[in-house]
Amino acid sequence: MDQAQRTAEYKEYSPRESRLSEERYLLFLEDITAVFDGFKALDIEALGIEHNELRVIIGPNGAGKTTLCDVVSGKTRPTTGEVFFDGADITNQTEEEIALRGVGRKFQTPTVFDSLTTYENMELALPGHYRLWSNLFGSTTKDQEERILEILERVGLLGEMHREAKYLSHGQRQWLAISTLILSNPKLLLVDEPAAGLTDAETALTAELLFELKDDHTLIVIEHDMDFVRQLDSFVTVLNEGAIMAEGTMREVQQNEGVIEAYLGR
Amino acid sequence: MCRNSAVKQLSGFLQTAGTAKKSSAISRGISFFVPWMLFFFGLVVIPLLYYTGLITIGTMNMLGRYMAFAIVAVGLDLIWGYTGILSLCQAFFFSLGGYAMGMYLAHHGGPEGIIDANGWKIPACLYVVYPYKVGEAPADALVPWFWKPFYTLPVTAILGLLLPGLAALAIGYFGFRSRVRGVYFAILTQAITVAGWLVFCMNNMKLCGTNGLTRFDRIAGFKLTNPNVKVSLYVITLLALIGVYFLCQHVVRSRVGCILIAIRDDEPTLRFSGYKPYIYKLFAFCLAGMIAGLGGMLYAPQMGIFTPTNMEASASILVVVWVAVGGRGALSGAILGALAVNLLYNFFTSEKNLWLVTWKAEYWQFVLGGLFIGVVLLFPGGLIDLWRRLVGNRNNDVMT
Repeated sequence: MDQAQRTAEYKEYSPRESRLSEERYLLFLEDITAVFDGFKALDIEALGIEHNELRVIIGPNGAGKTTLCDVVSGKTRPTTGEVFFDGADITNQTEEEIALRGVGRKFQTPTVFDSLTTYENMELALPGHYRLWSNLFGSTTKDQEERILEILERVGLLGEMHREAKYLSHGQRQWLAISTLILSNPKLLLVDEPAAGLTDAETALTAELLFELKDDHTLIVIEHDMDFVRQLDSFVTVLNEGAIMAEGTMREVQQNEGVIEAYLGR
Repeated sequence: MCRNSAVKQLSGFLQTAGTAKKSSAISRGISFFVPWMLFFFGLVVIPLLYYTGLITIGTMNMLGRYMAFAIVAVGLDLIWGYTGILSLCQAFFFSLGGYAMGMYLAHHGGPEGIIDANGWKIPACLYVVYPYKVGEAPADALVPWFWKPFYTLPVTAILGLLLPGLAALAIGYFGFRSRVRGVYFAILTQAITVAGWLVFCMNNMKLCGTNGLTRFDRIAGFKLTNPNVKVSLYVITLLALIGVYFLCQHVVRSRVGCILIAIRDDEPTLRFSGYKPYIYKLFAFCLAGMIAGLGGMLYAPQMGIFTPTNMEASASILVVVWVAVGGRGALSGAILGALAVNLLYNFFTSEKNLWLVTWKAEYWQFVLGGLFIGVVLLFPGGLIDLWRRLVGNRNNDVMT
């Protein structure tokens, strides 16, 4: 199946046209362009992410992978087009509104709060504590505490629980960022380069974590590291110069002429 | 790691997790000593020194005023030290509280007799606007409407907190909603302080112009000149300082404290976690404003005069210096800094005959400037950090 056919298939399920869209796709992007100073960073005709799917997005530098995440999470407003999430149009919503709807994000560089301890970082990620009052007088319940410790144990950060995040190593920070994301339990996780700067063993654990999450979450993983993508063994979307170049399994994509050309040059 | 031992380790942590929060709060540098030291020195040592005649009532009164400053400093630490928002508005909020209390005191002060047509006594310090002799006030010379709510002490106390709180709410709402940040917010608040100062300096605002509110006489019926009243005001200020300390301590130890620090560290990320940072910034800013107002209310009766100099741009910057010297991000540091800098001010602004030269009060500016530069260069963590480093290794604190 070539890309034009796939786009046509997506279009059939456009939320504008079809009521079935919501049932099939958690996230749907249509006619999205993002233009910065005349430069078209993103130009996507149609893209749908199904419920409980693990989608990997790859592409050479500057292909628009991070911009795609920015558009979905509300950091960047698309110039044209619409983003639908869970049956609602979220194109013009703010970051916190989109986050509250259930889009969680891990950035390229691990963003944790440096002056807070690992445990406090996790506490802030607990879902349902966004109101001032509950934060002023509420405290973490036993169940929540257990959940935090469970996740920290899984990623091996239990021993670092009371250290400020600035003293953690790069890999530990990556995992803390992923841990907070897991704890906040979003419907859709946008994971930008989770394996960047990790050792092979760390990368394997990260892949394992993401795979576990697939059971009851929808994930979009952006990655450079081809070994890591192979480990994830999922449906792949290749972006190039802002547009979708090819989609398919890793094997299919690797055999695509255009993809080889874009990656290796002429 | 073997699975079993991991589970054991986990259950071990589960039992200690309750204390987790506390120890991390200590590591952030909230020392237990400062409030107890304040209790001990403030309520035992200083009164003892006074009643044994070693210090005068004037010194005690001065310490009371410095504690009012320390209250303002604690408020600034909350918004600057914890949340990372530099506010140069604190002197303005302080003055709103001070003016509220000053108007109350002016209502009940000055020479008796100048009664307006409605039977209100015209405060004596309004003589610039109403230059009449006793019994000669014409019918159109009335006490301005906005003076009237400040006639009773309870209403004054409420307004003295409410007005700075509302001012902070207005400034913060527009500033934070439109994501004014960093140095721009500092400039914005600085400009508001200067604008406020200009307004309060105008004679026709009927706020007594540059002369300020003067001729205070009684508070709640007690003579302000009475030493016992001065001692009481000192004690009330001290208790208010300790109360404010514990209030802010509760805030910074709650999850709100973590959120404020998270705003300082990385506000955009917090937004992606679903929090609305501006709500928390607004909360901290309003609380800091109200605390500054409280400081002003306690300062006015102890100073015996309240003038627009208290809201000059430099006054706001002084508050920043107190907190920086004491150590930002530690409530006890703010108190320490405010008291230390003001005691130094008191020491260095008195004329002294040194060996060859005479120390003049103007030289203080050099000391202050040197102090600020020295702190920033040599110990950015401030006095409290210096003390912590001398007492124990900071990293050990973190680990426990």
